[in-house]
Amino acid sequence: MTATATSARSDLSELGRSETALRTFLHGLPGVDQVGAEQRAAQLGTRSIKTTAKAQAIDLAIGMVDLTTLEGADTPGKVRALAAKALRPDPADPSCPHVGAVCVYPSMVPHVAEVLRGSAVHLASVATSFPSGQAPLEIKLADTRAAVEAGADEIDMVINRGAFLAGRYSEVYDEIVATKQACRDAHLKVILETGELATYDNVRRASWLAMLAGGDFIKTSTGKVPVAATLPVTLVMLEAVRDFRAATGRQVGVKPAGGIRTTKDAIKYLVMVNETVGPDWLHPDWFRFGASSLLNDLLMQRTKLTTGVYAGPDYFTLD
Amino acid sequence: MSERVAVRKTYKLFVGGKFPRSESGRSYLVQDSNVSLASRKDARDAVLAARAAVKGWAGATAYNRGQILYRVAEMLEGRREQFVALGVPADEVDAATDRWVWYAGWSDKLPQVYGGSNPVAGPYFNLSAPEPTGVVAVVAPETPALLGLVSVIAPAIVTGNTVVVAASPTAPLAAVTLAEVLATSDVPGGVVNILTGRLSETVPTLAAHMDVNAIDLTGVTDPELAADLEVRAAENLKRVLRPVPVDHDWLADPGLGRMTALLETKTVWHPKGV
Repeated sequence: MTATATSARSDLSELGRSETALRTFLHGLPGVDQVGAEQRAAQLGTRSIKTTAKAQAIDLAIGMVDLTTLEGADTPGKVRALAAKALRPDPADPSCPHVGAVCVYPSMVPHVAEVLRGSAVHLASVATSFPSGQAPLEIKLADTRAAVEAGADEIDMVINRGAFLAGRYSEVYDEIVATKQACRDAHLKVILETGELATYDNVRRASWLAMLAGGDFIKTSTGKVPVAATLPVTLVMLEAVRDFRAATGRQVGVKPAGGIRTTKDAIKYLVMVNETVGPDWLHPDWFRFGASSLLNDLLMQRTKLTTGVYAGPDYFTLD
Repeated sequence: MSERVAVRKTYKLFVGGKFPRSESGRSYLVQDSNVSLASRKDARDAVLAARAAVKGWAGATAYNRGQILYRVAEMLEGRREQFVALGVPADEVDAATDRWVWYAGWSDKLPQVYGGSNPVAGPYFNLSAPEPTGVVAVVAPETPALLGLVSVIAPAIVTGNTVVVAASPTAPLAAVTLAEVLATSDVPGGVVNILTGRLSETVPTLAAHMDVNAIDLTGVTDPELAADLEVRAAENLKRVLRPVPVDHDWLADPGLGRMTALLETKTVWHPKGV
């Protein structure tokens, strides 16, 4: 048993060496039952989470938020304000937990680092020519190194979708491996941009590819294309990380990003995590929400639970 | 040939331009019809819909709002018989229709009457303009079923507010039928939201809701409930309209009070050229 597992493990680590082996492995993954996945995701979304369980879910979800701003119009002042909010999301209630991380562009990392220094809030930076990923490898790696040197301890990279869709898996693999090296100690989140991958089968392949290449997290989307995170896509990815841990013993995190705006949505994801991969993943180290407006809705729901009165958006900061 | 089975109507809520059942699934019987019994979550959903509609409605030109309100009167006239069949006296329907027209006319006139330039000691143009306060929760009077309802909705929305109305618990059929009129007269979804059911369930939620800007307690008859609602409303300094006596004459000239009570004044100082 142990011998088989070990040999399976070494087999998997060998895959990256040849295009053929990689292709054979990825195309040998079982296909995703599209109707089944969508139905399962929809069914898990109907669970009713109330009172104390809801309060717990909201606090957990706040801790899982990667508070994100990725706009061309970001300024040092704006990201500093965002970082301050990450530390104390609800200034009126000190018992409110801090968020998981702040996620910004590399040029904004130093400004955020100033505010977050000494806190438990992580500092994530997108890199590798986010969001398109269409730049020469050297530039992507320089982008990554710059972000890490500026103080980012998590890097959100985008995969080369053009190469992936063209079937050049080794190229994608090698880029992830190279980026992982450029990250040094920083955690690497690999953005699959599932909205551009077209099929669930591709999502499953890309998930495995990212994990085989050493990604610490797999993330659904950049938030810059019309189709962002959906429940079925996240389900497929959760199944992938579950199977990957069973095969290799290494646990990989999942981060749905984009389009998650309400507490209700967030709780649906948490239910799905619990039901698909179990409580091991119900922790900010293993599951994150890439979002900006979600946090305010979580805070409003939290305020409703603590005060008994429905809160209004006027009482929470915009960014 | 078998006898035709009549199609019976369920009187549902009116939220965001749609007619949903209560999320609680409950209903109660009024005049032998099923009427939705709204819960506090329905009240929350209605406030969300009303808030979402504020931007478009307050941003519409006064002329446009007036036209839409006039259109409501046209639709109401066409449904006269339906209201009569529900037990609303014909002359009350006429009075209600006339009241829509009367308020419709005020949409582009109120800013002239209630706003204007202020004399100031300095080289400035100083102008005050009334603006809508935002989302208004309204407790409709118990009676008259239609005229009372129209007399509290029209003055709130003509200036650009959006409303969440708790309809009279004993006479909700006229309210839901009015919702059908509103749904077919170009009033954007969410501008008027109507909840049917017990006041004690929905109104305290509305009074305490931090995203409601004003509350009109017209139809509250229990003084204790009214006092409690005022206390809840104080949390975010809502504007409050106190209950009116049950023997109030709704046919009398309503005056401007109901419109002006739900406005905020914006004053602009503009330097005069020298």
